[in-house]
Amino acid sequence: MISSSLYLILSAILFTIGVVGVLTRRNAIVILMCIELMLNSVNLTFVAFSRYLVSMTGQVFVLMTVAVAAAEVAVGLGLIIALYRQKKTADIDDVNILKW
Amino acid sequence: MEIVLFFLFAAIAVAGALGVVLARQSDHSALFLLLNFVALAAIYVTLNAPFLAAVQVIVYAGAIVVMFLFVVIMLNVAHRERPETKPAQRYAGLLLGALLLVGLIYVAASNPQLPPALTRTDNVADVGEALFAEHLLPFELAGLLLLIGVVGAVVLGKRKLED
Amino acid sequence: MGSFDRLPWLLLLFPLLGVIINGFFGRRLGRKGVSLVGPGMVLLSFLLALPPLLGLIQSPGEFELHSRLFTWIAVGKFEVEASLLLDPLSLVMVLVVTGVGFLIHVYSTGYMAEDARFARFFTLLNLFVFSMLTLVLADNFLLLYVGWELVGFCSYMLIGFWFEKPSAADAGKKAFLVNRVGDFGFALGVLLILVTFGSLAFADVLNAEAVAAIAPGTITAITLLLFVGAVGKSAQIPLYVWLPDAMEGPTPVSALIHAATMVTAGVYMIARTNVLFHTSPTASGVVAWIGVLTAFFAATIALVQTDLKRILAYSTVSQLGYMMLGVGVGGYAAGIFHLTTHAFFKALLFLGAGSVMHALAGELNILKMGGLRQKMPTTYRTFLWGAMALAGFPLLSGFFSKDEILWLAANRSWLLWGVGIATAFLTALYAFRMIFIVFLGHPRDKKLFNHVHESPRAMTMPLRVLAVLAVIGGLLNLPGELIGVERLGLINNLLEHALGHPHTHMGRGPQWVLLVMSGLLPLVALVLAQSLWGIRSDRPQQLSQRYIWLYNLLVNKYYVDELYMAVVVNPLRRLGDFFAESTDRQGIDKAVNGVASLMSCLGEGARRLQTGYIRNYSLGIVLGVVVVIGYLILR
Repeated sequence: MISSSLYLILSAILFTIGVVGVLTRRNAIVILMCIELMLNSVNLTFVAFSRYLVSMTGQVFVLMTVAVAAAEVAVGLGLIIALYRQKKTADIDDVNILKW
Repeated sequence: MEIVLFFLFAAIAVAGALGVVLARQSDHSALFLLLNFVALAAIYVTLNAPFLAAVQVIVYAGAIVVMFLFVVIMLNVAHRERPETKPAQRYAGLLLGALLLVGLIYVAASNPQLPPALTRTDNVADVGEALFAEHLLPFELAGLLLLIGVVGAVVLGKRKLED
Repeated sequence: MGSFDRLPWLLLLFPLLGVIINGFFGRRLGRKGVSLVGPGMVLLSFLLALPPLLGLIQSPGEFELHSRLFTWIAVGKFEVEASLLLDPLSLVMVLVVTGVGFLIHVYSTGYMAEDARFARFFTLLNLFVFSMLTLVLADNFLLLYVGWELVGFCSYMLIGFWFEKPSAADAGKKAFLVNRVGDFGFALGVLLILVTFGSLAFADVLNAEAVAAIAPGTITAITLLLFVGAVGKSAQIPLYVWLPDAMEGPTPVSALIHAATMVTAGVYMIARTNVLFHTSPTASGVVAWIGVLTAFFAATIALVQTDLKRILAYSTVSQLGYMMLGVGVGGYAAGIFHLTTHAFFKALLFLGAGSVMHALAGELNILKMGGLRQKMPTTYRTFLWGAMALAGFPLLSGFFSKDEILWLAANRSWLLWGVGIATAFLTALYAFRMIFIVFLGHPRDKKLFNHVHESPRAMTMPLRVLAVLAVIGGLLNLPGELIGVERLGLINNLLEHALGHPHTHMGRGPQWVLLVMSGLLPLVALVLAQSLWGIRSDRPQQLSQRYIWLYNLLVNKYYVDELYMAVVVNPLRRLGDFFAESTDRQGIDKAVNGVASLMSCLGEGARRLQTGYIRNYSLGIVLGVVVVIGYLILR
C-alpha cells in the first residue's frame, strides 16, 4: 500500500532539483530542461491525485500541461536560437545589458 | 511488489534529474532528461494511467527532448560551460533549494495519507469522455495555445531578410 | 431737499468718469482731449457743489444730507451702508478739493505738456480727486478708511510717476510704508470704535449722547489711535519723513496732494470726529502739542534748506502742525479755515516753484537762482503774494487764519502760544528768504539765467487766480467778534453746528493785542530777512560758520532719516535677511530639497536591484516563493 504522500515527496524532490538547476546552470538550454523537470514533477502530482481521489480531472490537466510545455519549449528554443544569432552565445550571463 | 517498483522507478527518475542538473555537457543533460521522462512514464503506468504514460513518451520523450537535442547540436554551443564567475549565486541557489525542499516535504508529509482507491481507472475511454465532455473548453484553448506556440516559434526562428 | 438727494454721488461720479475715459481712451483722445476731460470733470464737480453752498448761505442752520445708495456689507450684526454725508464741513472740503484741484489740473496741462505719459497723469489725478472726495463725503468710518487708503495709493503712484528714476520710486515706497504705520493705528482706532459703539456710521458714533455713555478712557484710546493715522497722513512728528521725499513727484502733484488736499485729510478727520476729541482732553492735548512742536521743528529745518521744493515741503509740515494745533485746542473751525487758506497760498507757492523749475529746466537749487523777477514778472508777483500770505502779512488770508489759531491756543496755554508765535516768526523769515534769494538780487548762475522765460498761459492763469484767493481769502472768516459783528466769521458760523464753538475766557482786549502782535511779526521778519539776504549780504554765511554745529544739524534735518534708517529700517532688514536665510533657505528649502534627495537616494538604491543578470531575477522569484510557503506553513 503506497500512500499518496510518497508520490508527493517524490514530486517535491524532482521539483527542487529543477529549481536548483534553474538557479545554478548558465546554459540557457539546460535551464529550459530544468523547467521541464519542474513541470513534470507537477504532472506527477496530478496523476497521483487522480488515482487517489478517483477523478479524471487530474489526467486531463496533465494533458493540458503537456500541451503547454510543448508550446513553451518550442517558443523558448526559438528565443534561444534568435539570441544565439545575435550574440553568438547561449550563456545567460552574457545577456545583461537591460540594467541601470 | 508495488513499492519495489515505485522505489526503483523513483530512484531512476531522481538520478535522471540529478544528471540533468549536474552534467557538464549540455547534450548529456538532454539525455539524462530523457531518462527522467521515461522513468516517470513507468510510474504513470503503476498509477493506472497508461494513456498518459504513452503521451509522456511520445510527446515528451519523443518530441521535446528531440527538439532539445536538435538545438544543442545545431547551435554548436560550446559543450562545456565557462567556469562559474558568481559563486554567491550558486550557494544562494543551493540554500533556497534546500529551504524549498524542506518546506515542500513538510507540506507533503502533513497531508492526510490517502489509501489507493480500489476502482481501476485505466480506461482510455474514460479519459476521452472527461476530456471532451467536461473539459471541452480547456481542450480547445490548449489547441489554440499550440497554434500560438507554432506561430511564435516560426517567427522567432526566421532569419531576417538581407537587404 | 428732494432734488439734492443723489447729488453727493454725482460729485463722485464725474472724477470717476474722468478716470475711465482718460484711462482707457487717453491715447485716442490725444493731449487736447485729455486736457479737456481731466480738468473738466473736476470743474463739473466744483460747479455741482455750488448750489448747496448757496442754499447754505441763505439759510444757515442745520443742514445734513445723508445720501444712502445701497447696503454695502450686511454680515450678522455688522452692517455698513454705502452712504455719503453732505454737511457744511464736507461741503467746504469738497469745494476746496475741487476748486483748487481744478486750478491745478489746468496748470498741469501746461506743465506736463512734454511728458510721454500725459494721459496716465490725468487719470491718476482724477482718481485722486475721486478718492479724496470719497474720504470727505463718507458717512461712516469704513468708507472714510477706503478713501483714506485710496488717496495713499494715488499718492504712491503719483510720487513715483517718473518711476524710471530710482529716487522717485524709493520716495513713493517710503511714502506708502510710512503711511502704512499711521494707517495701522487708524485701523485699530476704527476697530475700537466698532467694538465700543457697535456701528461705524457717523450718525451712530458722533453724537453726544452715544459718546457720553462710553468710558472716557476708551474715548481717549480711540482718539489717540485715530490721531496716529492723522500723524501719518498729515505728516506730523514722528511720521513726517515721507513728505520731503515726496517732492520727487511732479510739482502739480506736490501742490495738490502734498499741500492742499491729501495731507489735510488728518485735519478733516479730527474735525469730523470733534465730538470724540472734545470729550478727551488728553487726546486733544496730545494733538495740540505734537502739532505745535512739529510746526516749530519743521520751520527750523525749512530755514536752511537749499532745495526750493524742500523748503515748501517742510513749510507744509509746519503749517499742518498749525492746523493740528488749531483742532487740538478746540478750534475745529479755525483749523478748517487755516486748511482752506493754506490750500490757496501753498498750492500757489508750489505752482510758482513749478513755474520756476519749468523756466530753469528743472533746477531746484536756490543758490543757483536769483534775479528771476526781471524775466518772470507774473510768477514773481504771484509767488510774492503767496509768500506774504504764508508769512501772515497783515490782512492777507494767512494772517487771519493763523491769528485765529494762535488766539485759541493762547486761551488754552501761554506755552502753546509761545511756541506758535515763535514758529510764525520763523515762517515769515524763511518765506521772505525764498523771495530774496530766488527772485531778487542778481542771478547767481549766468548760464541758467539766459534761458529763463515766463511760463505759458495755462500755467500762469491758475497762479493769478490762486494769488487773488490767497489775498482775499481772509474774508471767509474775519474775526468779526472783535468789533461786535459776529456774522463776519463766515466759516465759523457755517461750521458751528457740525463743529461747535470753542470757549474763550479772555476778552476782546487780549484778542486785539494778539492780533496786532501777529500783524507786526511778519514786518519785523521782513526787515531781518532784508538784512540777512538782501543784496550783497554775506551775513548768512558768517552766521552759519559761527554756529556751524547748529547749521549742520538743521541742514541735515536733525538726522532724523538717518536715525530711522539705523533704528527701524536696517534692523528690520536684518531681521528679514535672518529669516530669509534661516527659515527659508536653511529650513524650508532644505526640507523640500531633502525630500527630493531622499527620493533620489531611494531611487539610487533601488536601481541597483536591476542587475541585468537573469539568474539574480530567478533567485528573487524563488526567494519569494520560499517566503510565501514559509508563511503559509508557519501560520
